Amino acid sequence: METKKMALIATKGTLDWAYPPFILASTAAALGYEVQIFFTFYGLQLLKKDLSGLKVSPLGNPGMPMKMPFGPKWFKGLNWNIPNAVQSLVPGYENLATSLMKQTIANNGVASIPELRELCVEADVKMIGCQMTVELFGFDHREFMDGIEYGGAATFFEFAGETDICLFI
Amino acid sequence: MNYDKELDARGLNCPLPILRTKKSLSELASGQILKINSTDPGSVKDMQAFAKQTGNELLSTAENNGEFIFMMRKH
Repeated sequence: METKKMALIATKGTLDWAYPPFILASTAAALGYEVQIFFTFYGLQLLKKDLSGLKVSPLGNPGMPMKMPFGPKWFKGLNWNIPNAVQSLVPGYENLATSLMKQTIANNGVASIPELRELCVEADVKMIGCQMTVELFGFDHREFMDGIEYGGAATFFEFAGETDICLFI
Repeated sequence: MNYDKELDARGLNCPLPILRTKKSLSELASGQILKINSTDPGSVKDMQAFAKQTGNELLSTAENNGEFIFMMRKH
């Protein structure tokens, strides 16, 4: 049987949106797929050596439940509807939301992003950084993890053109 | 049922039970059996899908008090 292939384009650089590409890539690799991820624009944040800067922002995101990861069950079930105006005015609101999200992730036995990315590396998922974005955003290759390649759209198509699954995230 | 290796995936959520299963299977020889314990309800469907796509054989699935027990034979 010929090896199946999957290509992903990762364009988001927040803690929540870091999950889909790494979950899909690690799972596909476990199923025997050959996987490549092309990180472009904000997605480049997911290639940083230090991932501790990834944050989640509930501001302007009505789909995001705001629940507390501690306390009795009735308390955890409460959804805190905090107006956008308040969210944007309170200093450190994003940091607070991010630490609550990380606690929720840990409580639910969901892997952390560094852990999932490491599993992808172990499974030989190939990661490519968009060179154009590196320059556009004034990044330095030294900020990114070792062992990745840099390329452009043509590099992506070389592999993507032969895949069974190709997703833009 | 006898088994050759046991994997404790309790408390882990998607996709970790599958990734750990894959890793544990790689340490077994063809024909050997892995027992997997999980608490993730999604793993019931995922283990079937994993087996179907990788050629490993899911011998049984059982539930006991919110805990799932899978027996998988390595391809």
